[in-house]
Amino acid sequence: MKRQFLFDGRPVPFDEGQTILQAARAAGHYIPHLCWHPDFPPHGSCKLCTVKVGGRHVSSCAFPAREGMEVESDTPEINAERRALLQMLFVEGNHFCPGCEKSGNCQLQALAYDLEMTTPRFPHFYPDRPVDASHPDVLLDFNRCIFCELCVRASREVDGKNVFALGGRGLGKHLVVNAETGRLADTTLAADDLAANICPVGVILKKRVGFAVPIGERTYDAEPIHVHAMERDT
Amino acid sequence: MTEPSAQEKRPEPARLRIATASLAGCFGCHMSLLDIDERIFELAAKVEFDRSPLTDIKHCGPCDIGLIEGGVCNAENVHVLREFRRNCKTLVAVGACAINGGLPAQRNHLDVGACLQEVYCYREGLDGAGVPDDPELPLLLDKVRPIHEVVRVDYFLPGCPPSGDAIWKFLSDLVAGRTPRLPYALMHFD
Ligand code: SF4
Ligand code: SF4
Ligand code: FES
Repeated sequence: MKRQFLFDGRPVPFDEGQTILQAARAAGHYIPHLCWHPDFPPHGSCKLCTVKVGGRHVSSCAFPAREGMEVESDTPEINAERRALLQMLFVEGNHFCPGCEKSGNCQLQALAYDLEMTTPRFPHFYPDRPVDASHPDVLLDFNRCIFCELCVRASREVDGKNVFALGGRGLGKHLVVNAETGRLADTTLAADDLAANICPVGVILKKRVGFAVPIGERTYDAEPIHVHAMERDT
Repeated sequence: MTEPSAQEKRPEPARLRIATASLAGCFGCHMSLLDIDERIFELAAKVEFDRSPLTDIKHCGPCDIGLIEGGVCNAENVHVLREFRRNCKTLVAVGACAINGGLPAQRNHLDVGACLQEVYCYREGLDGAGVPDDPELPLLLDKVRPIHEVVRVDYFLPGCPPSGDAIWKFLSDLVAGRTPRLPYALMHFD
């Protein structure tokens, strides 16, 4: 018999080496996440995938599944904590959705919808982060970076280019472009690189395609992220 | 002639009083309120409007519900917002600007003095013009703030603007005494 654990009271089978998030997904249960991606090792930075195991909070994207464990995920308590994390992400950047090309296709926003976040609640930081429009095909709007490192991992591990990095710590953390000038135009990034297409929010944007799909017809206008992510494997 | 029954004699329940205001916003949320179309008659049967651009009353009295559109960008906004908070039992932040400062807050990482100079002094065709300083003009704040950073807010109705349907669902819940809740299709930040 396959080994299993309990996920919100339901048995979920798992293979040795699978994380809670992987096993839960394979069994058809969605766990909210932002920095996890099926093609990369877990990063464990956003904490949206937090679940409770035996009274302790753990990141389900990084925590190995174990026989007999009892995992709580879709509970009012955990979802309230996830909402608070989203609210912090919103106030730490400049997220003005109505003016953002990613609106409707953005995972941060879609999770906010799913978790019924109607307000960012905390005082806003309104940081000063100028954009980089130097590249002919790709725009960088640092105001929206949530430091998930997906672009960093994609560029390093798939594109083999190392275009992006994260620099600084705490409040000073920021996305870095690996060029002597610090400008995107002075890297080898191409518009069809995975790094240019993986950002879950509106930082790395293709030029000349913004707002092509009207509001109301975009990805998460059509279906919530918990449905979309399970169908599309992202 | 028969006497009216006790049922018929009972007075109409007092209608809820609603006030609305626009701070640093574009009036889009008020336009969206009008987008509830003919349902406005149903609403009018249940509520009375106090201070609002729709009534042109300048100061609100005691109200049940206050709907505020727009963020806080100057001293007058602070004043109006505080008056609303004092008078309204339930205060609702309506739309992106009231909730996170919205478009006006995109000046927040800039120096407000430099902004004013840029707009009134350095633009082509404005030679000799200065930053307006009429005492009638409310003093600008250095940052545009969401309203919950100034007063306590009871509910938030997101959208830029929230659709007529979202406003209708929200108000129907509130007027009926339910906790307002938007279904997924009406939850929009844009
Ligand atoms: S990145 Fe997402 S959450 Fe941020 S402004 Fe754009 S749509 Fe809104
Ligand atoms: S730019 Fe996008 S993909 Fe890269 S770290 Fe920031 S949010 Fe993540
Ligand atoms: S998805 Fe697990 S910490 Fe981000």
